[in-house]
Amino acid sequence: MATKPKVIVVGGGLGGLWATLRIAESGFPVDLFSLFPVKRSHSCCAQGGINAVLDVKGQRDSIWQHVVDTIKGGDYLAQQPPIKNLCEAAPGIIRTYDRMGVTFSRTPEGSMDQRLFGGVKNRRTAFAGATTGQQLLYAADEQVRAFEAEGKVKKYEEWEFLSVVLDDEGTCRGITAMNLVDMKVHAFRADAVILGTGGLGLIFGRSTMSTNSTGAAASRVYQQGARFANGEFIQFHPTAMKGHDKNRLMSEACRGEGGRIWVPKTAGDTRAPNDIPEDERFFFLEEWYPAYGNTVPRDVASRAIYRVTRHMGLGLGGEDVVYLDLTHHPREFLEKRLGGILDMYQTFSGEDPYTQPIKIFPSTHYSMGGILVGYEKDGETGGMVPVHPKNHASTIGGLFACGECDSAYHGANRLGANSLLSATFSGIVAGDASVAHVKGIKKRADDTADAAYDNEKKRQDDINRKLTSPTGKENPFALHHELGELMQGHVFVERDNKGLDQAIEGLKKLRERSQSMCLDDNGTWSNQSLSWARQIQDMIVLAEVIAKGARLRDECRGSHYKAEFELKIPEGKFEGDPEFEEYKAKWKANNDKWLKATIATHADDGPEIEFKQIDTSVLPPEKPRDYR
Amino acid sequence: MEKEIHFKIKRQQGPDAQPYWEEFKMPYAPSHNVVSALMYLREHPTNTRGEKVDPVVWDCNCMEEVCGACAMIVNGEPRQACAALIDDLEQPIELEPLTKFPLVRDLMVDRQKMFDALQQVKAWIKVDGSWDIHRHAPLVSPKVQDIRYLFSRCMTCGCCMEACPQFHEGSSFVGPAPLGQVLLHNSHPAGEYDKEERLHAVMGDGGITDCGNAQNCVKVCPKDIPLTDAIARLGRQTTAQWLRDLFTN
Ligand SMILES: Cc1cc2nc3c(=O)[nH]c(=O)nc-3n(C[C@H](O)[C@H](O)[C@H](O)COP(=O)(O)OP(=O)(O)OC[C@H]3O[C@@H](n4cnc5c(N)ncnc54)[C@H](O)[C@@H]3O)c2cc1C
Ligand code: SF4
Ligand code: SF4
Repeated sequence: MATKPKVIVVGGGLGGLWATLRIAESGFPVDLFSLFPVKRSHSCCAQGGINAVLDVKGQRDSIWQHVVDTIKGGDYLAQQPPIKNLCEAAPGIIRTYDRMGVTFSRTPEGSMDQRLFGGVKNRRTAFAGATTGQQLLYAADEQVRAFEAEGKVKKYEEWEFLSVVLDDEGTCRGITAMNLVDMKVHAFRADAVILGTGGLGLIFGRSTMSTNSTGAAASRVYQQGARFANGEFIQFHPTAMKGHDKNRLMSEACRGEGGRIWVPKTAGDTRAPNDIPEDERFFFLEEWYPAYGNTVPRDVASRAIYRVTRHMGLGLGGEDVVYLDLTHHPREFLEKRLGGILDMYQTFSGEDPYTQPIKIFPSTHYSMGGILVGYEKDGETGGMVPVHPKNHASTIGGLFACGECDSAYHGANRLGANSLLSATFSGIVAGDASVAHVKGIKKRADDTADAAYDNEKKRQDDINRKLTSPTGKENPFALHHELGELMQGHVFVERDNKGLDQAIEGLKKLRERSQSMCLDDNGTWSNQSLSWARQIQDMIVLAEVIAKGARLRDECRGSHYKAEFELKIPEGKFEGDPEFEEYKAKWKANNDKWLKATIATHADDGPEIEFKQIDTSVLPPEKPRDYR
Repeated sequence: MEKEIHFKIKRQQGPDAQPYWEEFKMPYAPSHNVVSALMYLREHPTNTRGEKVDPVVWDCNCMEEVCGACAMIVNGEPRQACAALIDDLEQPIELEPLTKFPLVRDLMVDRQKMFDALQQVKAWIKVDGSWDIHRHAPLVSPKVQDIRYLFSRCMTCGCCMEACPQFHEGSSFVGPAPLGQVLLHNSHPAGEYDKEERLHAVMGDGGITDCGNAQNCVKVCPKDIPLTDAIARLGRQTTAQWLRDLFTN
């Protein structure tokens, strides 16, 4: 009897785990691959919460409002029909997590509590203490473990995905992966493959993300023909504590609770912060944005901090650092409101945030772009058909993507607490889609010639061989620093075409240099240098996609900002005023030109970019965003 | 302040190789932790004898003390390397791998045993399916929720297992962390339905009767999880269960 079709899921963050669950539930076997035990995935870092309209705070919150907030938050750049399904599914997802035992924070009557989060008016964010991501990840992990106990899921942990195996027609029929203990490459057959490999923050050197967020896996399928969408849209978080290993997120709540951002007025002031009198401090957000002050949106805050340090040279000690000051609050108040966050700062900085201002700088935080995925539109509802093989399908047949590595839902900017939701939801949708796909396939992986697997394995073995027989002198870890510097230097919160041209040139050189490396470890046992060397090569390729997309997009949208092309709302003018109407006309003309997804196709000498229309049928962009 | 950071690292090329100590020095910079220092060393892997050597192998992912990956023995104490600030540590800083788990290489060990234990104690809530049934779980009082939250932050790091004298190769004791998970799942209103099954999983050989109550586990847990409270409570529950079993059989 023929065996059942099998699905491979790569990645065991929220996205990958939910995909695994859905497939196992449908009765199909799953092989789950991850760099490390899935329970350690980056999703555990999320602190803040997950959005869903439960309307438990008497605010008449509505799913439609969640849809509107998500679309507008993304500056209209996301394909809209799937957003409808995302927001509609959210309350059910929270109920399901609750049934799975997530320790959501409670109201006095024992029901689910909800808090306010950035960019919206209603209390819509469910949370579990200060570790929401960890709690959600564990719930999904436990459910998958139950299936594992029944033999329905097989885990390959400490394995690195290297490539998909394509047959003669270019359809995905499996993967190659490297065992990270004995460093051997194997090929695996599968009738569908789902990638849930997370974000790409490490392309910017240090970020708020974990070591698994390199984007290497996404880059690998991109280089094999999958299209990559909206790469240039990277969210920068204004308040992160810089570290030698990573930047640690200091939650938005610090500003929400009255944190004041400042630098000394004079460059090079070496006094301790508490010795600098109030009138010698420059509270630049309060001065530049009197209406909002320190609580301006993330992107505005990031750019202001950037301006003060990089353009005005007022960063502390001339460096990329400014103060986030909470010391004017009594200790009890801070302990109660921000205890978790401040304790983390203390743990990792060794400084006391109750008496010393916190030192922060913007950091790469989230990637809105990713592997281009499709959906089947539902003609009746205007949303997405809930289960369909086209949903979350990449442009390679049989390959799906979910979680932060896909490009759906968030457009040009992501709302806080919307990505735990999208990672979960996209895992569900991709899992269901892969099942629909394998049910309908005519040709099985088992029918694919061995040669396809042997050749792909050989290609990967050759890469390993080349890397472990030194061909030059480049150190893979040093290359990562250079990559980070280049990206932070020119493709960061503020971009201009001259700098982007330099970045593109620099990346090209880096790519060439990354072909002649010399590893300090050429062994065949748990060789982390080899794994990193492979990843850095692929990160550089994806960096080129990000930089080129940014270079070509001559406008400001969401997280992507080029001062030269900024359309400013005329001050003090509103609808009906001729100045405002003129602005609105310009805004519309700009949308006609730029409200399009950036689609990158891999070519040997760098990405080729085209622009694709957005489906804005749910909420057509009639009015500019106006937060005044 | 010292101008250098001095490490003494216990290394081992693989499970069958001989362990040896190797020393490294690197330039001092404020706010380094053990993980960020190891990152520096992997880029500059020259020991104090001036020899270029294989970079030290270790585990880490989140670097925020929530993923549990980077547990190792730092100056004699099992803890997360990312949260071990260099400024707080006596030098030379001694790094060793956890000893209660099979060694992979250098500071990296294989903690599969802990994940297997989670299977053994059925550390999950049985649900009809991952679909919405248009209902929440039964209400949970904020008090119970607070206790559950303490245990739900266990990141399977293994520090408690390392410190526990009863958990070792020769014993079949599941160790403190999985016992905490039994309590967590037994205290959920739906998880409670399978309480007996979980208690049975920890009642026999290797269950909680092996615990010597040395409290070592609690002292090292980076998340301050009250493991011995859980063990005491489970002890009472299993005794009750044992009596129930006696009558029903
Ligand atoms: C500090 C921080 C706080 C955040 N807070 C929030 C919040 O409050 N609310 C919110 O909604 N979002 C938040 N986010 C964003 C959110 O956490 C992530 O977007 C989301 O968790 C990503 O999940 P994922 O499943 O896509 O990937 P991940 O959780 O990153 O998992 C990736 C998986 O892929 C595997 N993998 C990667 N590469 C390979 C490979 N080559 N081979 C094999 N396996 C591979 C890894 O092993 C891992 O299992 C936050 C992010 C950060 C950085
Ligand atoms: S109290 Fe029990 S579990 Fe904890 S260390 Fe002692 S013997 Fe081990
Ligand atoms: S109980 Fe504490 S020490 Fe033990 S594994 Fe969990 S987090 Fe680590």
